[in-house]
Amino acid sequence: MVKVLRLIVPAAIVAAGIAWVMTAPKTVAEDAFASPEGGEVARGETVFRAAGCGTCHAAPGAEGDDKLVLAGGQSFPSPFGAFTAPNISPDPDHGIGEWSLQDLANALLHGVSPEGVHYFPAFPYTSYTHMGDRDIVDLYAYLQTLPASSAPSQPHEVGFPFNIRRSLGGWKFLFLKDDWVMDGNDLGAELTRGRYLVEALGHCAECHTPRNALGGLDRSRWMAGAPDPSGKGTIPALTPDKLSWSATDIAYYLESGFTPEFDSAGGHMAAVVENTSRLPAEDRAAIAAYVKALPVPVAASTGY
Amino acid sequence: MKKIVTVLAATAILSGGTVVAQEYKNQIKARQGTMWVIALNLGTLGAMAKGEAEYDAEAATTAAESIQAASNIHVPALFPEGSDGEMNEGSTAKASISQDIAGFSEKWAALGTAADKAVAEAGTGKDALGPVMGALGGACKSCHETYRIPQ
Repeated sequence: MVKVLRLIVPAAIVAAGIAWVMTAPKTVAEDAFASPEGGEVARGETVFRAAGCGTCHAAPGAEGDDKLVLAGGQSFPSPFGAFTAPNISPDPDHGIGEWSLQDLANALLHGVSPEGVHYFPAFPYTSYTHMGDRDIVDLYAYLQTLPASSAPSQPHEVGFPFNIRRSLGGWKFLFLKDDWVMDGNDLGAELTRGRYLVEALGHCAECHTPRNALGGLDRSRWMAGAPDPSGKGTIPALTPDKLSWSATDIAYYLESGFTPEFDSAGGHMAAVVENTSRLPAEDRAAIAAYVKALPVPVAASTGY
Repeated sequence: MKKIVTVLAATAILSGGTVVAQEYKNQIKARQGTMWVIALNLGTLGAMAKGEAEYDAEAATTAAESIQAASNIHVPALFPEGSDGEMNEGSTAKASISQDIAGFSEKWAALGTAADKAVAEAGTGKDALGPVMGALGGACKSCHETYRIPQ
Protein backbone atom coordinates (compact mmCIF):
# COMPACT_ATOMS: atom_id res chain seq x y z
CA MET A 1 0.00 0.00 0.00
CA VAL A 2 2.75 2.39 0.99
CA LYS A 3 4.58 1.39 -2.16
CA VAL A 4 1.54 2.18 -4.30
CA LEU A 5 1.14 5.54 -2.62
CA ARG A 6 4.79 6.27 -3.28
CA LEU A 7 4.05 5.90 -6.95
CA ILE A 8 0.65 7.58 -7.06
CA VAL A 9 1.44 10.67 -5.06
CA PRO A 10 4.34 11.87 -7.23
CA ALA A 11 2.35 11.02 -10.36
CA ALA A 12 -0.56 13.05 -9.06
CA ILE A 13 1.74 15.96 -8.25
CA VAL A 14 3.22 15.85 -11.74
CA ALA A 15 -0.25 15.66 -13.31
CA ALA A 16 -1.45 18.57 -11.21
CA GLY A 17 1.66 20.50 -12.21
CA ILE A 18 1.05 19.85 -15.89
CA ALA A 19 -2.60 20.83 -15.52
CA TRP A 20 -1.61 24.01 -13.72
CA VAL A 21 0.83 24.98 -16.45
CA MET A 22 -1.61 23.97 -19.19
CA THR A 23 -4.41 26.10 -17.77
CA ALA A 24 -2.22 29.17 -17.23
CA PRO A 25 -3.46 32.25 -19.10
CA LYS A 26 -1.36 32.99 -22.18
CA THR A 27 -0.59 36.56 -23.16
CA VAL A 28 0.99 38.42 -26.06
CA ALA A 29 4.76 39.01 -26.02
CA GLU A 30 5.78 41.88 -23.76
CA ASP A 31 7.06 44.08 -26.55
CA ALA A 32 4.10 43.40 -28.85
CA PHE A 33 1.44 46.12 -29.04
CA ALA A 34 3.75 48.45 -27.12
CA SER A 35 2.38 51.65 -28.60
CA PRO A 36 -1.13 52.57 -29.73
CA GLU A 37 0.27 55.24 -32.03
CA GLY A 38 -0.91 55.26 -35.62
CA GLY A 39 -4.33 53.80 -34.83
CA GLU A 40 -6.84 55.05 -37.41
CA VAL A 41 -10.27 55.81 -35.99
CA ALA A 42 -12.15 55.42 -39.30
CA ARG A 43 -10.63 51.99 -39.98
CA GLY A 44 -11.29 51.09 -36.36
CA GLU A 45 -14.97 51.83 -36.84
CA THR A 46 -15.13 49.34 -39.70
CA VAL A 47 -13.45 46.74 -37.49
CA PHE A 48 -15.95 47.59 -34.73
CA ARG A 49 -18.89 47.08 -37.12
CA ALA A 50 -17.53 43.92 -38.66
CA ALA A 51 -16.78 42.45 -35.24
CA GLY A 52 -20.19 43.45 -33.89
CA CYS A 53 -18.80 44.67 -30.54
CA GLY A 54 -21.66 47.08 -29.94
CA THR A 55 -24.36 44.51 -30.59
CA CYS A 56 -23.58 42.67 -27.36
CA HIS A 57 -22.00 45.44 -25.28
CA ALA A 58 -24.66 48.16 -25.69
CA ALA A 59 -27.14 48.44 -22.82
CA PRO A 60 -30.29 46.28 -23.16
CA GLY A 61 -32.83 47.98 -25.42
CA ALA A 62 -30.50 50.83 -26.47
CA GLU A 63 -31.71 52.69 -29.57
CA GLY A 64 -30.02 55.10 -31.96
CA ASP A 65 -26.84 56.78 -30.74
CA ASP A 66 -27.18 55.06 -27.37
CA LYS A 67 -26.05 51.89 -29.10
CA LEU A 68 -22.55 53.36 -29.06
CA VAL A 69 -22.58 53.60 -25.27
CA LEU A 70 -21.02 50.25 -24.45
CA ALA A 71 -22.36 50.08 -20.91
CA GLY A 72 -22.97 46.31 -21.00
CA GLY A 73 -25.80 44.56 -19.16
CA GLN A 74 -27.31 42.35 -21.88
CA SER A 75 -27.73 38.78 -20.70
CA PHE A 76 -26.83 35.79 -22.89
CA PRO A 77 -28.37 32.50 -21.78
CA SER A 78 -26.55 29.23 -22.45
CA PRO A 79 -26.62 25.65 -21.16
CA PHE A 80 -23.81 26.65 -18.76
CA GLY A 81 -25.54 29.66 -17.25
CA ALA A 82 -26.29 33.24 -18.23
CA PHE A 83 -23.41 35.51 -19.21
CA THR A 84 -23.72 39.27 -18.81
CA ALA A 85 -21.85 41.53 -21.21
CA PRO A 86 -19.58 43.88 -19.25
CA ASN A 87 -19.07 47.63 -19.61
CA ILE A 88 -16.38 48.21 -22.26
CA SER A 89 -16.92 51.96 -22.62
CA PRO A 90 -13.87 54.21 -22.02
CA ASP A 91 -14.90 54.89 -18.41
CA PRO A 92 -11.73 54.53 -16.29
CA ASP A 93 -13.46 52.90 -13.31
CA HIS A 94 -16.29 50.82 -14.75
CA GLY A 95 -15.22 50.42 -18.36
CA ILE A 96 -11.90 49.79 -20.07
CA GLY A 97 -10.63 53.37 -20.08
CA GLU A 98 -7.47 52.37 -18.24
CA TRP A 99 -6.63 49.53 -20.59
CA SER A 100 -3.43 49.62 -22.59
CA LEU A 101 -3.37 48.48 -26.20
CA GLN A 102 -1.68 45.34 -24.92
CA ASP A 103 -4.59 44.67 -22.55
CA LEU A 104 -7.02 44.85 -25.48
CA ALA A 105 -4.81 42.55 -27.55
CA ASN A 106 -4.66 39.99 -24.72
CA ALA A 107 -8.44 40.08 -24.37
CA LEU A 108 -9.10 39.65 -28.09
CA LEU A 109 -6.33 37.23 -29.03
CA HIS A 110 -6.10 35.14 -25.86
CA GLY A 111 -9.31 35.76 -23.93
CA VAL A 112 -7.33 36.98 -20.92
CA SER A 113 -8.10 40.00 -18.72
CA PRO A 114 -5.51 42.60 -17.69
CA GLU A 115 -5.42 40.81 -14.30
CA GLY A 116 -4.49 37.58 -16.05
CA VAL A 117 -7.86 35.87 -15.60
CA HIS A 118 -9.54 33.77 -18.33
CA TYR A 119 -12.67 35.26 -19.87
CA PHE A 120 -15.65 33.04 -20.54
CA PRO A 121 -15.88 32.19 -24.24
CA ALA A 122 -19.28 33.91 -24.47
CA PHE A 123 -16.85 36.65 -25.45
CA PRO A 124 -15.95 35.18 -28.86
CA TYR A 125 -12.16 35.24 -28.59
CA THR A 126 -12.10 31.84 -30.31
CA SER A 127 -12.86 33.94 -33.42
CA TYR A 128 -11.07 37.17 -32.51
CA THR A 129 -7.89 35.18 -31.94
CA HIS A 130 -7.45 35.40 -35.74
CA MET A 131 -7.53 39.22 -35.71
CA GLY A 132 -4.75 41.09 -37.47
CA ASP A 133 -2.50 43.36 -35.39
CA ARG A 134 -3.38 46.45 -37.40
CA ASP A 135 -7.11 45.92 -36.80
CA ILE A 136 -6.53 45.73 -33.05
CA VAL A 137 -4.57 48.99 -33.06
CA ASP A 138 -7.30 50.72 -35.10
CA LEU A 139 -10.10 49.28 -32.96
CA TYR A 140 -8.32 50.54 -29.85
CA ALA A 141 -8.22 54.04 -31.36
CA TYR A 142 -11.93 53.89 -32.24
CA LEU A 143 -13.07 52.61 -28.84
CA GLN A 144 -11.44 55.65 -27.19
CA THR A 145 -13.75 57.95 -29.15
CA LEU A 146 -16.97 56.40 -27.77
CA PRO A 147 -18.92 57.88 -24.85
CA ALA A 148 -18.08 56.66 -21.35
CA SER A 149 -20.65 55.05 -19.07
CA SER A 150 -20.27 54.70 -15.33
CA ALA A 151 -22.67 51.76 -15.12
CA PRO A 152 -20.91 48.97 -13.17
CA SER A 153 -20.53 45.62 -14.93
CA GLN A 154 -22.95 43.00 -13.65
CA PRO A 155 -21.84 39.51 -12.54
CA HIS A 156 -22.42 36.42 -14.70
CA GLU A 157 -24.94 33.88 -13.48
CA VAL A 158 -22.84 30.78 -13.90
CA GLY A 159 -22.92 27.95 -11.39
CA PHE A 160 -20.35 25.42 -10.20
CA PRO A 161 -18.24 23.93 -11.78
CA PHE A 162 -18.34 26.30 -14.78
CA ASN A 163 -17.50 29.27 -12.57
CA ILE A 164 -13.96 27.99 -11.94
CA ARG A 165 -12.12 30.36 -14.25
CA ARG A 166 -8.87 28.43 -14.18
CA SER A 167 -10.59 25.45 -15.79
CA LEU A 168 -11.16 27.62 -18.86
CA GLY A 169 -7.45 27.15 -19.52
CA GLY A 170 -8.24 23.51 -20.26
CA TRP A 171 -11.19 24.57 -22.39
CA LYS A 172 -8.95 26.87 -24.39
CA PHE A 173 -6.39 24.07 -24.79
CA LEU A 174 -9.12 22.02 -26.46
CA PHE A 175 -11.05 24.63 -28.42
CA LEU A 176 -9.05 27.83 -28.93
CA LYS A 177 -7.44 27.07 -32.30
CA ASP A 178 -5.23 29.35 -34.30
CA ASP A 179 -5.78 27.66 -37.65
CA TRP A 180 -8.47 28.63 -40.15
CA VAL A 181 -11.37 26.30 -40.83
CA MET A 182 -11.47 27.15 -44.53
CA ASP A 183 -8.03 25.89 -45.38
CA GLY A 184 -5.57 27.08 -47.95
CA ASN A 185 -3.22 29.94 -48.76
CA ASP A 186 -4.30 30.35 -52.37
CA LEU A 187 -7.90 31.31 -51.77
CA GLY A 188 -7.56 34.55 -53.72
CA ALA A 189 -8.05 38.06 -52.38
CA GLU A 190 -11.86 38.06 -52.07
CA LEU A 191 -12.16 34.69 -50.36
CA THR A 192 -9.24 35.46 -48.05
CA ARG A 193 -10.96 38.67 -46.99
CA GLY A 194 -14.26 36.80 -46.67
CA ARG A 195 -12.65 34.18 -44.47
CA TYR A 196 -11.21 36.89 -42.24
CA LEU A 197 -14.57 38.64 -41.97
CA VAL A 198 -16.50 35.42 -41.27
CA GLU A 199 -14.09 33.37 -39.16
CA ALA A 200 -12.34 36.21 -37.30
CA LEU A 201 -14.27 39.48 -36.98
CA GLY A 202 -17.84 38.45 -37.78
CA HIS A 203 -17.64 35.36 -35.52
CA CYS A 204 -20.53 33.89 -37.54
CA ALA A 205 -19.73 30.33 -36.47
CA GLU A 206 -20.36 31.14 -32.82
CA CYS A 207 -24.09 30.89 -33.57
CA HIS A 208 -24.26 29.05 -36.92
CA THR A 209 -22.08 26.07 -35.89
CA PRO A 210 -23.29 23.50 -33.35
CA ARG A 211 -21.34 22.96 -30.13
CA ASN A 212 -20.27 19.77 -28.39
CA ALA A 213 -21.12 18.85 -24.79
CA LEU A 214 -18.31 21.06 -23.47
CA GLY A 215 -19.43 24.06 -25.48
CA GLY A 216 -16.66 23.87 -28.08
CA LEU A 217 -17.52 24.47 -31.74
CA ASP A 218 -17.98 21.24 -33.72
CA ARG A 219 -15.76 21.97 -36.72
CA SER A 220 -16.98 18.86 -38.54
CA ARG A 221 -20.37 20.58 -38.74
CA TRP A 222 -19.01 24.02 -39.59
CA MET A 223 -21.92 26.43 -40.27
CA ALA A 224 -24.36 23.51 -40.30
CA GLY A 225 -26.89 25.35 -38.13
CA ALA A 226 -27.51 24.90 -34.42
CA PRO A 227 -30.10 25.15 -31.68
CA ASP A 228 -30.50 28.69 -30.38
CA PRO A 229 -28.50 28.89 -27.12
CA SER A 230 -31.51 30.46 -25.42
CA GLY A 231 -33.20 27.07 -25.80
CA LYS A 232 -35.91 28.48 -28.07
CA GLY A 233 -35.76 28.08 -31.83
CA THR A 234 -32.89 27.30 -34.15
CA ILE A 235 -30.18 29.12 -36.07
CA PRO A 236 -30.16 28.20 -39.76
CA ALA A 237 -27.43 26.37 -41.65
CA LEU A 238 -25.33 28.30 -44.16
CA THR A 239 -23.95 25.23 -45.94
CA PRO A 240 -24.85 24.57 -49.61
CA ASP A 241 -26.98 21.52 -48.77
CA LYS A 242 -29.36 23.87 -46.92
CA LEU A 243 -28.89 27.42 -48.18
CA SER A 244 -29.67 27.96 -51.85
CA TRP A 245 -29.27 31.74 -51.97
CA SER A 246 -26.98 33.20 -54.64
CA ALA A 247 -23.95 35.30 -53.70
CA THR A 248 -25.93 38.40 -54.74
CA ASP A 249 -28.81 37.33 -52.48
CA ILE A 250 -26.47 36.92 -49.51
CA ALA A 251 -24.72 40.25 -50.06
CA TYR A 252 -28.08 41.99 -50.50
CA TYR A 253 -29.39 40.38 -47.32
CA LEU A 254 -26.39 41.71 -45.41
CA GLU A 255 -26.99 45.15 -46.89
CA SER A 256 -30.77 45.50 -46.65
CA GLY A 257 -31.89 42.75 -44.31
CA PHE A 258 -34.15 41.31 -47.01
CA THR A 259 -34.19 37.61 -47.83
CA PRO A 260 -34.68 36.60 -51.49
CA GLU A 261 -38.42 36.27 -50.65
CA PHE A 262 -38.32 39.81 -49.24
CA ASP A 263 -38.97 38.72 -45.74
CA SER A 264 -36.85 40.72 -43.30
CA ALA A 265 -34.13 39.53 -40.97
CA GLY A 266 -35.33 38.94 -37.44
CA GLY A 267 -33.95 38.19 -34.00
CA HIS A 268 -30.24 38.64 -33.49
CA MET A 269 -29.61 38.60 -37.22
CA ALA A 270 -31.40 41.95 -37.55
CA ALA A 271 -28.73 43.39 -35.25
CA VAL A 272 -26.01 41.74 -37.33
CA VAL A 273 -27.40 43.30 -40.52
CA GLU A 274 -27.34 46.67 -38.82
CA ASN A 275 -23.57 46.23 -38.71
CA THR A 276 -23.00 44.58 -42.08
CA SER A 277 -25.11 47.24 -43.82
CA ARG A 278 -22.43 49.76 -42.81
CA LEU A 279 -19.52 47.78 -44.23
CA PRO A 280 -18.07 48.51 -47.66
CA ALA A 281 -19.95 46.66 -50.45
CA GLU A 282 -16.77 44.68 -51.25
CA ASP A 283 -16.76 43.30 -47.71
CA ARG A 284 -20.34 42.07 -48.04
CA ALA A 285 -19.43 40.48 -51.36
CA ALA A 286 -16.44 38.82 -49.69
CA ILE A 287 -18.64 37.36 -46.93
CA ALA A 288 -21.04 36.09 -49.59
CA ALA A 289 -18.14 34.50 -51.51
CA TYR A 290 -17.03 32.70 -48.33
CA VAL A 291 -20.54 31.42 -47.61
CA LYS A 292 -20.86 30.14 -51.19
CA ALA A 293 -17.49 28.38 -50.84
CA LEU A 294 -18.53 26.45 -47.71
CA PRO A 295 -18.46 22.68 -48.17
CA VAL A 296 -21.29 20.34 -47.23
CA PRO A 297 -20.52 19.34 -43.59
CA VAL A 298 -18.52 16.13 -43.25
CA ALA A 299 -20.47 14.99 -40.23
CA ALA A 300 -24.10 13.95 -40.43
CA SER A 301 -26.57 16.77 -40.86
CA THR A 302 -27.92 18.27 -37.68
CA GLY A 303 -31.28 19.06 -39.17
CA TYR A 304 -31.17 22.84 -39.12
CA MET B 1 -63.83 14.09 -11.90
CA LYS B 2 -60.71 11.98 -12.22
CA LYS B 3 -61.77 11.04 -15.72
CA ILE B 4 -62.17 14.67 -16.72
CA VAL B 5 -58.73 15.54 -15.40
CA THR B 6 -57.24 12.62 -17.34
CA VAL B 7 -58.95 13.72 -20.55
CA LEU B 8 -57.89 17.33 -20.04
CA ALA B 9 -54.30 16.28 -19.35
CA ALA B 10 -54.24 14.07 -22.42
CA THR B 11 -55.63 16.88 -24.55
CA ALA B 12 -52.99 19.25 -23.23
CA ILE B 13 -50.25 16.75 -24.04
CA LEU B 14 -51.63 15.99 -27.50
CA SER B 15 -51.87 19.63 -28.44
CA GLY B 16 -48.28 20.14 -27.27
CA GLY B 17 -49.17 23.21 -25.24
CA THR B 18 -50.45 25.04 -28.33
CA VAL B 19 -54.14 25.59 -28.30
CA VAL B 20 -55.23 25.10 -31.87
CA ALA B 21 -57.67 27.96 -31.94
CA GLN B 22 -59.86 28.39 -34.98
CA GLU B 23 -61.45 31.67 -33.98
CA TYR B 24 -58.52 33.86 -35.13
CA LYS B 25 -57.91 32.00 -38.37
CA ASN B 26 -59.15 34.88 -40.52
CA GLN B 27 -57.20 37.57 -38.68
CA ILE B 28 -54.05 35.52 -39.15
CA LYS B 29 -54.77 35.10 -42.86
CA ALA B 30 -55.43 38.82 -43.25
CA ARG B 31 -52.23 39.75 -41.43
CA GLN B 32 -50.09 37.37 -43.42
CA GLY B 33 -51.80 38.39 -46.67
CA THR B 34 -50.89 42.01 -45.95
CA MET B 35 -47.28 40.96 -45.37
CA TRP B 36 -47.26 39.07 -48.67
CA VAL B 37 -48.59 42.07 -50.59
CA ILE B 38 -45.70 44.06 -49.17
CA ALA B 39 -43.14 41.30 -49.82
CA LEU B 40 -44.09 40.81 -53.47
CA ASN B 41 -43.92 44.52 -54.19
CA LEU B 42 -40.62 44.78 -52.35
CA GLY B 43 -39.50 42.01 -54.69
CA THR B 44 -40.21 44.25 -57.70
CA LEU B 45 -38.23 47.12 -56.19
CA GLY B 46 -35.48 44.85 -54.87
CA ALA B 47 -34.87 43.11 -58.20
CA MET B 48 -34.25 46.53 -59.76
CA ALA B 49 -32.06 47.62 -56.84
CA LYS B 50 -29.98 44.43 -57.08
CA GLY B 51 -29.65 44.84 -60.84
CA GLU B 52 -31.53 41.61 -61.58
CA ALA B 53 -34.27 43.50 -63.39
CA GLU B 54 -34.01 46.61 -65.54
CA TYR B 55 -35.06 49.81 -63.84
CA ASP B 56 -38.59 50.86 -64.78
CA ALA B 57 -39.78 54.08 -63.14
CA GLU B 58 -43.47 53.32 -63.63
CA ALA B 59 -43.26 49.77 -62.25
CA ALA B 60 -41.22 51.05 -59.31
CA THR B 61 -43.80 53.69 -58.46
CA THR B 62 -46.67 51.23 -58.81
CA ALA B 63 -44.94 48.80 -56.43
CA ALA B 64 -44.30 51.59 -53.93
CA GLU B 65 -47.97 52.64 -54.11
CA SER B 66 -49.10 49.10 -53.33
CA ILE B 67 -46.82 49.01 -50.29
CA GLN B 68 -48.21 52.37 -49.23
CA ALA B 69 -51.78 51.08 -49.65
CA ALA B 70 -50.97 48.02 -47.54
CA SER B 71 -49.41 50.25 -44.88
CA ASN B 72 -52.74 52.08 -44.62
CA ILE B 73 -54.52 48.94 -43.44
CA HIS B 74 -55.06 49.20 -39.70
CA VAL B 75 -53.01 46.12 -38.97
CA PRO B 76 -52.85 46.58 -35.17
CA ALA B 77 -56.63 45.97 -35.12
CA LEU B 78 -55.96 42.51 -36.54
CA PHE B 79 -54.08 41.42 -33.40
CA PRO B 80 -56.72 40.78 -30.73
CA GLU B 81 -55.54 39.19 -27.52
CA GLY B 82 -55.10 35.46 -27.91
CA SER B 83 -54.42 35.59 -31.64
CA ASP B 84 -50.64 35.28 -31.24
CA GLY B 85 -48.31 32.52 -32.33
CA GLU B 86 -47.95 31.12 -28.84
CA MET B 87 -51.65 30.26 -28.91
CA ASN B 88 -52.18 29.65 -32.63
CA GLU B 89 -50.45 27.32 -34.98
CA GLY B 90 -49.17 28.98 -38.14
CA SER B 91 -48.68 32.40 -36.55
CA THR B 92 -45.32 33.84 -35.55
CA ALA B 93 -46.74 36.90 -33.80
CA LYS B 94 -45.56 37.43 -30.25
CA ALA B 95 -48.16 37.74 -27.54
CA SER B 96 -46.49 41.02 -26.58
CA ILE B 97 -48.20 42.73 -29.55
CA SER B 98 -51.62 42.79 -27.95
CA GLN B 99 -50.10 43.73 -24.60
CA ASP B 100 -48.23 46.65 -26.15
CA ILE B 101 -50.50 47.76 -28.94
CA ALA B 102 -49.22 51.36 -28.71
CA GLY B 103 -45.62 50.28 -29.30
CA PHE B 104 -46.71 48.00 -32.11
CA SER B 105 -48.78 50.76 -33.74
CA GLU B 106 -45.76 53.03 -33.65
CA LYS B 107 -43.69 50.45 -35.53
CA TRP B 108 -46.47 49.96 -38.05
CA ALA B 109 -46.73 53.74 -38.57
CA ALA B 110 -42.98 53.79 -39.29
CA LEU B 111 -43.67 51.54 -42.25
CA GLY B 112 -46.17 54.13 -43.48
CA THR B 113 -43.52 56.85 -43.31
CA ALA B 114 -41.06 54.69 -45.24
CA ALA B 115 -43.76 53.82 -47.81
CA ASP B 116 -44.55 57.52 -48.35
CA LYS B 117 -40.87 58.10 -49.06
CA ALA B 118 -40.91 55.16 -51.46
CA VAL B 119 -43.87 56.56 -53.41
CA ALA B 120 -42.20 59.96 -53.66
CA GLU B 121 -38.77 58.69 -54.69
CA ALA B 122 -38.93 55.23 -56.30
CA GLY B 123 -39.74 56.70 -59.72
CA THR B 124 -36.94 59.27 -59.71
CA GLY B 125 -34.16 56.91 -60.79
CA LYS B 126 -32.39 53.65 -59.99
CA ASP B 127 -30.07 55.30 -57.48
CA ALA B 128 -33.04 56.27 -55.32
CA LEU B 129 -33.93 52.62 -54.78
CA GLY B 130 -31.07 51.97 -52.35
CA PRO B 131 -32.21 54.51 -49.75
CA VAL B 132 -35.88 53.61 -50.39
CA MET B 133 -35.20 49.92 -49.70
CA GLY B 134 -33.06 50.89 -46.74
CA ALA B 135 -35.91 52.81 -45.15
CA LEU B 136 -38.48 50.09 -45.86
CA GLY B 137 -36.12 47.39 -44.63
CA GLY B 138 -35.42 49.35 -41.47
CA ALA B 139 -39.14 49.51 -40.70
CA CYS B 140 -39.64 45.78 -41.35
CA LYS B 141 -36.64 44.76 -39.26
CA SER B 142 -37.37 47.03 -36.34
CA CYS B 143 -40.84 45.55 -35.90
CA HIS B 144 -39.90 41.93 -36.61
CA GLU B 145 -37.03 42.16 -34.16
CA THR B 146 -39.38 43.11 -31.37
CA TYR B 147 -42.67 41.44 -32.17
CA ARG B 148 -42.02 38.30 -34.20
CA ILE B 149 -41.19 34.89 -32.75
CA PRO B 150 -37.81 33.91 -34.25
CA GLN B 151 -38.11 30.98 -36.65
